[in-house]
Amino acid sequence: MTVPPALRRSALRVRRDTGFLAAGVPLHLALVPVWSWGASVAAGTGTRALALIASVALILLLAPVLTAVQRFRQRALLGVDIPRPTPTPERWSWAAVARRLSLTRTGRRLGYHLVLGPLVAALELSVLAVAAAGLAGALAYGWVWALPVGVRQDWFGYATQTPCYTLAGVALLCVVPWTAGAVARTESRIAWALLGPSRAQRLQERVEYLAGSRTDLIEAVDAERRRIERDLHDGTQQRLVSLAVNLGLALATRPDLPGEAREVLAQAHLEAKEAIAELNDLVRGLHPAVLDDRGLDAALSGLAARVPLPVRLRVDLEERVVPAVESVAYFVISEALTNVTKHARATRAEVTVRRVGKVLRVKVVDDGLGGADASAGTGLSGLAKRVGSVDGTFRVSSPAGGPTTVAAELPCER
Amino acid sequence: MRAVIAEDSVLLRVGLVKVLEMGGFQVAAEVGDGEALLAAVEEHRPELALVDVRMPPGFTDEGVRAAMVIRRRWPGTAVVLLSQYVEEQYAADLLATNTSSVGYLLKQRVADVGDFVEAVRRVADGGTALDPQVVAQLLLRRDSDPLDRLTRREREVLGLMAEGRSNAGIAEALTVSESAVAKHINNIFAKLDLPVIDTDHRRVLAVLRFLGASQA
Repeated sequence: MTVPPALRRSALRVRRDTGFLAAGVPLHLALVPVWSWGASVAAGTGTRALALIASVALILLLAPVLTAVQRFRQRALLGVDIPRPTPTPERWSWAAVARRLSLTRTGRRLGYHLVLGPLVAALELSVLAVAAAGLAGALAYGWVWALPVGVRQDWFGYATQTPCYTLAGVALLCVVPWTAGAVARTESRIAWALLGPSRAQRLQERVEYLAGSRTDLIEAVDAERRRIERDLHDGTQQRLVSLAVNLGLALATRPDLPGEAREVLAQAHLEAKEAIAELNDLVRGLHPAVLDDRGLDAALSGLAARVPLPVRLRVDLEERVVPAVESVAYFVISEALTNVTKHARATRAEVTVRRVGKVLRVKVVDDGLGGADASAGTGLSGLAKRVGSVDGTFRVSSPAGGPTTVAAELPCER
Repeated sequence: MRAVIAEDSVLLRVGLVKVLEMGGFQVAAEVGDGEALLAAVEEHRPELALVDVRMPPGFTDEGVRAAMVIRRRWPGTAVVLLSQYVEEQYAADLLATNTSSVGYLLKQRVADVGDFVEAVRRVADGGTALDPQVVAQLLLRRDSDPLDRLTRREREVLGLMAEGRSNAGIAEALTVSESAVAKHINNIFAKLDLPVIDTDHRRVLAVLRFLGASQA
């Protein structure tokens, strides 16, 4: 005989759900004798206080055990994994103990075990009772046949009542899967809410995770910039220099070439040198090697020197800051100075880098036309994003007529 | 004159050998990293070492460090650093001990073969050759008190001195007479409180003072 798959699945589900409910009853009721004993003794006289203390202590001791068993039951019977409120077993510390004993957390647990538990148990019991009654009713013919013949024949209404019992039983059995499933699901949800991590904690974990993954991403981007810089330095730049050197050699060693050929060579020589200069500017903007090697001060002096207007540079750093912040600071100043030379029509600029407490303050001021708009230009909004990536703040002040100030504050510690 | 070359790009090394040979140098060894450079200098005792700043294994300032070792151990070997970018900090490191027989030039300067050979010769003869970009970096530096006393023209002259030019060279670059240059230089010496010893030594001191001030 083949059972239709849908029916088999539903039968399996009923078995699973009712098993889950049956296992829940004793667990949910486990604390009832404890507190009712405490309450009954307390209602009497004499050892009132002691009994209260004993029952409270017993409840507090049993609660974690029950929580663990409930978690196991949810996982083993329903396949529901309720996350632990503190997922990683952290180092022993007072903070960890405090979190473990925190009022809200303990309160939520006790609420689950003392108040909701008995209520859920009542629900579970009624579902199980319905199932049992349904089963008994559906098998009414079996019971009847098991009775001695005399009793059966003497039994009033045997032919009329038994089919009614059977029908009622089957009807009840039809309701069981639905109610058992609903109760099991509801219980899981309640357990998840009260035994799992709280919303605040879930959010905190999420924030930690996102912060971590963002840091990884920033580091990956920085590493990529370094790699590109290195590849260009070792490859294209050397090739171009070599080309320029060879063209220079040709010019120097062959003064006998016809005028036209010399002119072409000279032109090629010039263009090669210009290409080198352009590529240098581009590559240098990516990530200068000296930044890793000697830090912000050294890298910025090289940057300032290549700007075609006087730049006053003040770097006031006692010690180096973390590479990610150095990199962002360098990038901000590099881009800001590029903007100054491209758009500001300034005659001079001033760069200040200062560490104030846990913040690195970066400021680029020029005496140009002003009117720079942080929201319009892709350059400035890109800078704002880059600063935001390390939780920094970014500010542009550029009234029409100047001066323009680009300032960033970058937190140096995380 | 004998020279050794330390440059990790093989392509560029070939070019450098040709340029040096054109300038009358005899290339005793070509190597690709700092360690090998020190070994080559030890072996050949050349008059000149032409050194790339960024070399294996770290690709940061290996050349600068090797150059400083050479300056200390073999003072007879002049050192010219070559780099894709010139960094003031490296220049300051290199010049902190002694400003004679050192050069620090951008790689792209090699392409102007004549000027480059001249600069290298100057260094090999005990002079200095700083890339204009290094000098520019040094000149724009922050609160350099003694330098604030100099006039703009005097700063220009000092910059050209730091590049390693002679009075004639400075006069040519600024299109002024040589005697005007000499006058500026004397003013610089006076303003930087440099004692009257021999002029050449004072030139070096002025450049050193200049660097010292810019490092403050």
